Amino acid sequence: MARAARLSLMSPVAGIGRGVIALTNLVGALTQFTLRALLACVTLPWNTRELGRQVMAIGFYSLPVVGLTAAFTGAALALNIFTGGGRFNAEQIVPQIVALGVTRELAPVLTALILAGRVSATIAAEIGAMRATEQLDAMRTLSTDPFRYLIAPRLLAGVMTIPLLTGVADLIGIAGGLAISASSLGFNPEIYARSTVEFLTLDDVTSGLIKGAVFGFILTLMGCYHGYRSVGGAAGVGRAATQAMVWSGVLIFASDYLLTRLFTAS
Amino acid sequence: MKDWTPILQWKGVSKAFGDKPILKGLDLWATEGTSLVIMGGSGEGKSVTLKLALGLMKPDSGQVLFRGKPLTAGPFGTQAKLYKQSGVLFQGAALLDSLTVWENVAFRLLNADRIGRKLARRRAIEALDQVRLPATVADLYPSELSGGMLKRVGLARAIVAKPAILFLDEPTTGLDPVTAEAINLLIVDLVQGMGCTAVTITHDLVSARTIADEIAMLEGGQVVWGGPVTAMLDSEHPTVQRFLRSGGLSRPAPRKG
Repeated sequence: MARAARLSLMSPVAGIGRGVIALTNLVGALTQFTLRALLACVTLPWNTRELGRQVMAIGFYSLPVVGLTAAFTGAALALNIFTGGGRFNAEQIVPQIVALGVTRELAPVLTALILAGRVSATIAAEIGAMRATEQLDAMRTLSTDPFRYLIAPRLLAGVMTIPLLTGVADLIGIAGGLAISASSLGFNPEIYARSTVEFLTLDDVTSGLIKGAVFGFILTLMGCYHGYRSVGGAAGVGRAATQAMVWSGVLIFASDYLLTRLFTAS
Repeated sequence: MKDWTPILQWKGVSKAFGDKPILKGLDLWATEGTSLVIMGGSGEGKSVTLKLALGLMKPDSGQVLFRGKPLTAGPFGTQAKLYKQSGVLFQGAALLDSLTVWENVAFRLLNADRIGRKLARRRAIEALDQVRLPATVADLYPSELSGGMLKRVGLARAIVAKPAILFLDEPTTGLDPVTAEAINLLIVDLVQGMGCTAVTITHDLVSARTIADEIAMLEGGQVVWGGPVTAMLDSEHPTVQRFLRSGGLSRPAPRKG
């Protein structure tokens, strides 16, 4: 490693070349992995026991942390918009902006980011430990494809449950905004709720839910990919968990921008 | 060794990790219905030999043949056929942590053969009994078992589907002598009674003497001695002699005068 770094300093062109080759290898390996994983997802029968276990692990057990995050974010957003709106006498826009901000952006992105830490890293560590202890090899020799047994249920659970969690975060985030607006900012809760419902369109909600599904795919894919390809025992498992979390975060932000461009273009 | 087509053959197989060569043109074969034991010191590539045979590693050169055909990946490849007919005991047992003991033993029956859970459980408990484990362990998780018990659960998983080929990586390591003897006799019974082919890696000379029809001694990435187990005790090969001496099995040196 140190030798490679020294060589890279001595010969920047060679360093760039190595970087390009490494990036090409990564893209190739990830593409191949994704295609195998997608094929496993559409191959029936599904491993319903594992799918159920993953729906509980990714979805149900994430509810408390997602709910708390959404509630506090909705409340903080209401306070900020009230303060900002006050600069041009537009405090009354709090319900509409809170609803828009939560449904289109904050609920899907924050839910996915929390799960990148909670779920993606856990999946990477779990599959990485299975790699280190030869459980994946054992599975193959038992005529069972790890992609169908392990990876497909996790991807499917991610795509199914994260939009649901995003929906829950929508409701709780808006409720958080309402609670703080009614208790501290002098809003009538009934009028606040009516303003929210009248303002929100179906597109606002569905765009957030679609983002949730895409983010769910990304973060479970990153967990599976880095876990499956981990090498080097316990240290490798740790690296896989970190990489899964970091890459999930980066790809969530990048895809958020692209999806927002897509949804706002029409 | 007999000269008909072997069930499994390593043909000029070489494998290196980085700059370190492990196997250098290994030639070895296992004939159907016999028990081949691969012996050798630590780091001589015994486990690598087994993993290459299973297609879990790819050789740098040479090839592994299963029933005369090279191992090929994919759902219709020879590797899938090999897996369907084989049972594997990994060195560290490699049980799935999230499953109970019986679900581990019945993993192939449940997921590949798709038989019902009730029947799969019954067959798993029968296999556990064969490796001298009581039915009470069936609902425990691997984390609740000792190392020796894990090994026996791994062996039960390998034999539950009555495989044609058994791959055993250190089957008696970590077992008490009584259980080790029972496992050795079980392997003998599977080979002689059911016509199973066994490829075993072991350091245990007592075990090798009990279960082997043929022994291959690995050193320096190649087979340095191969032959029937009875011939091993008479071999003058220095590596074999070293092994026999370390296991207390060498013939006493003739008295002088």
